[in-house]
Amino acid sequence: MKGVWGRLLEVDLTAGTSRSIEIPEKVYRMFLGGRGLATYLLAREFREKWRFLDPLSPDNPLLFLTGPLTGYYPGVKLSVSGKSPQSNSVIGSVVSSEVAIELKASGFDGLVLKGGCEKPCYVYVENGKVEIRDASSIWGLGGLQLIKQFNSLLKEDVKADPKTPFVYIGPAGENKVRTAAVMAKLAHAAGYGGYGAVMGAKRVKAVAVKGYGSLPPVDDPESLNTLFRSALGNIKERMKRFRQWGTTEGTWHTGYYLSSMPVKNWSEEWHNVKDFSHVGFELETWVKNPWADWGCPVACMKLSIAKWKGEVFITDNPDYEMAAYLGSNLGVFSPRGAVVLSSLADELGLCGIQTGNVMGFAVELYEKGILTRDEVGYELKWGNVECLARLMKDIAYRRGIGEVLAEGTFRAARLLSEKKGVDLTKYAIQVKGIAVGAHGVRSGKDYPQPISYALSVQGGDHTSVAGFPVNSTESEAWYSILDSGVVCMFTVLDDSTLLEYLNKVTGWGLDLGEFYDIGRRIITLQRILLLIGGPDADWSVKDDDNPPRFYEPLPTGPYKGSALKREEVDELKKKYYAEMGWDEKGIPSEETLRRLGLEEFTPMLNMLH
Amino acid sequence: MRDFSKCSSCKLCEIACSLKHEGMVWPEASRIRIYELIPGLPVISTCVQCDDYPCVSSCPFQALSTGEHGQVLVDENKCTLCGTCVYACPGKIPRIVRGKQSVIICDLCNGEPECVKICGEMGYHALQLVNKPDGEIVKNYLISPEDASFKLLAKAIGEE
Repeated sequence: MKGVWGRLLEVDLTAGTSRSIEIPEKVYRMFLGGRGLATYLLAREFREKWRFLDPLSPDNPLLFLTGPLTGYYPGVKLSVSGKSPQSNSVIGSVVSSEVAIELKASGFDGLVLKGGCEKPCYVYVENGKVEIRDASSIWGLGGLQLIKQFNSLLKEDVKADPKTPFVYIGPAGENKVRTAAVMAKLAHAAGYGGYGAVMGAKRVKAVAVKGYGSLPPVDDPESLNTLFRSALGNIKERMKRFRQWGTTEGTWHTGYYLSSMPVKNWSEEWHNVKDFSHVGFELETWVKNPWADWGCPVACMKLSIAKWKGEVFITDNPDYEMAAYLGSNLGVFSPRGAVVLSSLADELGLCGIQTGNVMGFAVELYEKGILTRDEVGYELKWGNVECLARLMKDIAYRRGIGEVLAEGTFRAARLLSEKKGVDLTKYAIQVKGIAVGAHGVRSGKDYPQPISYALSVQGGDHTSVAGFPVNSTESEAWYSILDSGVVCMFTVLDDSTLLEYLNKVTGWGLDLGEFYDIGRRIITLQRILLLIGGPDADWSVKDDDNPPRFYEPLPTGPYKGSALKREEVDELKKKYYAEMGWDEKGIPSEETLRRLGLEEFTPMLNMLH
Repeated sequence: MRDFSKCSSCKLCEIACSLKHEGMVWPEASRIRIYELIPGLPVISTCVQCDDYPCVSSCPFQALSTGEHGQVLVDENKCTLCGTCVYACPGKIPRIVRGKQSVIICDLCNGEPECVKICGEMGYHALQLVNKPDGEIVKNYLISPEDASFKLLAKAIGEE
């Protein structure tokens, strides 16, 4: 086996034991690693019982996986998955963390956490040897304070090398907030999916990994070295604007030109605040540019610092998604305000997208008089950083109105609709439990297509959009391959280069059709688990839809009046089902399962018919 | 020479170093280490080729010597991994790595360091090869990564 070790490290937190699980090469060839491997392992373990698995019970496995391209392809991503407390399916969340490299340097392709601890603990893995240690001294901490204290704890408690990377949760994860992320390196988050809450349910504060070995051997090291050097140069050249400005480039560009940026809970998608741009951030907050992750030639990050009310707020960029969701979506158009809220989200261990979405939902309800001052305890106002920071903390600690909002937009809308006796789901900008990423579809100018979110097996995830052609870099098959490889979407060039890379690493000699079939296989199996769903929500053909607001005309900007058309979406939906080999209800057909080598999962289809 | 402020912490130098010396991606076997204890504020750590080479003189087995570029050379047959050089080094730079039969110390790639090359190719130039200045000045770089990290943080957030 080349490029992978063929084994995972499984830790049983309840029993305090660990063991190695062998994974045959055939499984890697079918699912690669990361998101694909997680989907396969979960489907095989739970099958029809998936419906009854509560994502927030310790029974939900939490998987930290790498893939064959980890450590060889420029850049690094660690895949984080399990049953999502947002979508009740598998979400392939990724975070830039060197834990991925250290796992592979330990002789394992991934780490699976099962069961849970009674008391707060952290997991330390050195060369595959697992220790489950007391974390009571760092429980409750987040951000820089956690990083400093955990570094010292690792040194004192387990004599760890100073170069020991870790992933962790903040207070939000501890409190099982459904919008909590698994955090890394201060400002990095595996946000989509809500796996911070899954980690919190296991009472695992952090996972630190150190490996002293080399990465697994590859099939063709010499040509891989050549390929590596040329890829580095090509990626650097292609992404040089990100080197300079990061994704913060989109903060003004996406709003002003593309008109696809969330403004005030998506009531608008256009803005023209020139100071709210990469230049505004550079002048007001950037102290270091560029900043890169392991092996990455893009370097899209910039270290930002803002002082506000006597406190120091430190974060990355913020990147476009954060600037949009914790900026314009909340009516905040000042770089400093966006840095303060982004840094606070990092510190609390919240996903900025999911949390910024539910906060926008709450402010809109307040403005409309549906939520009252009595219920909230203070005034909610667009653009008021002070009240927004307070709301964010209330969500992380599940205080007051935060208790409902901590359930995420989909569940909060359901709960508040029941309470108020009116349908509030029309203000919820989410698909299948996942808040929509900050790239709108109404103007038609941004990359997502009209069915991108409606048909994604990861709901509103803007890093896993469905699209036509179904075997292309526009398709969800492509995104699922990136999350399974595991590679960063900002370092990839095109499908043939990635395939060449994969073949040089593994020696599989796949062609482009087989390559895309890997992606089709992954999303087909994810689709089955999504449709099985449970226990507190499940989805059917009617949920393969956009948020209602996307059918309303844009009120401002150059694309004023533009909206999605119901007939067009329905038409594309039918076409997509047919091309994916799914029936008219979007259920994968037996024949499709056979073609993709997923016959063993055919009995699960009975639950859907 | 190293410039912390230009380092992006991409660690491509570690990858290039292990590819050159070990023929594989093996971050722990890199002769240069980037410590990112405070995210975004990396500390570069590698051999500075001291004038008095305390590592060389400390070795009880005469396994260490110096080369024409001032680099420290390790005789793999003589090294017993006793660790004396690690303690003799003011920066604790030599490394004993599991799976390696001798201690690892930067050998400047015989005058053309891969780390410097890749750092330049990436456009950072955080690492540059210069002629060694006289005296002890280079030893000032041998501050512990922890101390250096906290100083960089204090500077970044403007603390006294």
